[in-house]
Amino acid sequence: MTEILAKLEHVSRVYQKGREKVDVLHELDLEIEKGDFLALMGPSGSGKTTLLNLLGGLDRPTGGTVTVGGQELSAMSNSQLSGWRSTHVGFIFQFYNLLPVLTAQKNVELPLLLTNMSGKERSRRAGIALEIVGLADRANHKPRELSGGQEQRVAIARAIVSDPELLLCDEPTGDLDRQTADEILKLLQTLNREHGKTIIMVTHDAQAAEYAQRTLHMDKGKLEARAAA
Amino acid sequence: MKVINQIAAVTALNVRNLPQRLGGSLVAIVGVAAVVLVFAAVLSMAAGFERTMVSAGSEDTAIVMRAGATAELNSGLGNDDVQIVRNAPGVLRDGDEPVVSPELYVVVDIVKKSTGDDANVPLRGVGSGAFDVRSGVEIVAGRMFEEGRNELIVGRAAQQEFAGLDVGGEIRFGQTTWNVVGVFAANGSVSESELWTDVRVLQTMYRRGNSVQSVRVRLESPGALETLGTALAEDPRIEVDVRSERDYYASQAAPLSQFIRIVGYPLTVLMAIGAVFGALNSMYASVSVRGKEIATLRALGFGPLPVLVSTIVESTLLALVGGLAGGALAYVAFNGFRVSTLNGASFSQVVFDFAVTPELLSQGLVAALIIGLVGGFFPALRAARLPVAQALREL
Ligand SMILES: Nc1ncnc2c1ncn2[C@@H]1O[C@H](COP(=O)(O)OP(=O)(O)OP(=O)(O)O)[C@@H](O)[C@H]1O
Ligand SMILES: [Mg+2]
Repeated sequence: MTEILAKLEHVSRVYQKGREKVDVLHELDLEIEKGDFLALMGPSGSGKTTLLNLLGGLDRPTGGTVTVGGQELSAMSNSQLSGWRSTHVGFIFQFYNLLPVLTAQKNVELPLLLTNMSGKERSRRAGIALEIVGLADRANHKPRELSGGQEQRVAIARAIVSDPELLLCDEPTGDLDRQTADEILKLLQTLNREHGKTIIMVTHDAQAAEYAQRTLHMDKGKLEARAAA
Repeated sequence: MKVINQIAAVTALNVRNLPQRLGGSLVAIVGVAAVVLVFAAVLSMAAGFERTMVSAGSEDTAIVMRAGATAELNSGLGNDDVQIVRNAPGVLRDGDEPVVSPELYVVVDIVKKSTGDDANVPLRGVGSGAFDVRSGVEIVAGRMFEEGRNELIVGRAAQQEFAGLDVGGEIRFGQTTWNVVGVFAANGSVSESELWTDVRVLQTMYRRGNSVQSVRVRLESPGALETLGTALAEDPRIEVDVRSERDYYASQAAPLSQFIRIVGYPLTVLMAIGAVFGALNSMYASVSVRGKEIATLRALGFGPLPVLVSTIVESTLLALVGGLAGGALAYVAFNGFRVSTLNGASFSQVVFDFAVTPELLSQGLVAALIIGLVGGFFPALRAARLPVAQALREL
């Protein structure tokens, strides 16, 4: 019997664009099991990022409920959501979103500033996370001294440093060449298989989706399942 | 505790990448610098004028003038009056001799070096006690005038400001030729704008008989002012007013320095309002440049408060940089800047230095801080309320 980590029930997301209403997600239902690695594909504008933001507590549905780890996100206040994000979910972005003035090490330590951890402990944990992504030797480099693939590894280290159960990746290899993308995808796969992370990954790349356990296709706010390769 | 950590971390981050955004922040910095510069410059005029006037007056020197006279020019005392003042209680005595100086002054025309125009300069006749009733007056070049001769000593500021006052030279006023024999200093006070000679010579040259305008009196103590005042008020032979010299000069300084303040403060407020808009503009730009960073931090779980505080700290820092620059510029450009102006009460020129005082500089910095706080607050609110999901899309 598997455990459900995240659940969307009748979730709608309507954007108000001036007078016009943009109905992006409509009564969407989705269950994600603990330990799943889900690839989310679909044309541009179909609502993939919107879905990810709802799961990560960055956005609120206009209808329905989002539950992650037994907690209903839509019932939380904004500051509760901030606190929740810092420990329960890690974000990985297409353009890495590292802070340019900080070294890799300090970038990875950032989420730990939200805990009561001592500086020494923060540094130890960040060191472990960098080791997991294979960048221990670049700890003192600034982002602009790293390649795109290395930057994404730092971003992944930052996402896992506070040990969240859920990783949300929005086109994590969208800006990388094939070989580097494959390395990053293998890393995600390892995190899924060996560290038990539940991963939801938006991608436009069918080859990337093959690293996932299953793939869902999204079109005009609707999900349809296809068997994973 | 956690919140304080967050605030410290986000603020430190923001301060660290501030140099990269300095170009865009220049409007704010320059705006604030201009406010503090103008504020310090305008008010340093009032401060310098006041300092010159007030440092002339001491608490234990009294000035006795005819009752109702508001200034020496419209006062007049006869020889009998002078004798009564000399013998009054409260007057300091050196042995048997009371420390007093009966004084009379006239206004003479001398060419101002800076403009080449004639200016009114006070030529004051003083008694032998002149150096004792005033503190800090000393001869710094040449010698003291000799009694009974057409000799002048000139104040240090007057010598610098007006033409033809070199020691050893001659200068002619009307029918009379005077020898300049010395230069005196008086702590930078208004006395330094004057020329001094023997009061008896002046009385003779200007046909004033035995009359003087005022008697300067050294008091036994500042408290003796009242003793002297009461004694003279109760004496039926004499009708005079007694004031401390400090009071007298302060009241002469008041109209001009008040006028400068009445102009200066509203001008500062107006400019400050402009600077607030400059700061708002820069800070809104900064918040939008930082949008990606703020959204990323928020996605990682940082709360809105650290973002708010870090933005306000940024604008306050910028304003302080501007304030310090403006204050330093004002100090370099205006402190000690020497000018002379007509003192309405004495109808003659007063030479004084602009004084950019520590007090003015700290007031300027307080103004800068207020501009920074106000100019940062609304952009900070916007930063704190940034819709995270949308900001992450706009990268
Ligand atoms: N703040 C907003 N206001 C109005 N419409 C919005 C807003 N944010 C997103 N949308 C619209 O919602 C739809 C879905 O956007 P979303 O970013 O989720 O698509 P996506 O599947 O991630 O696309 P892509 O593959 O290009 O990243 C789009 O049509 C977009 O224009
Ligand atoms: Mg997207």
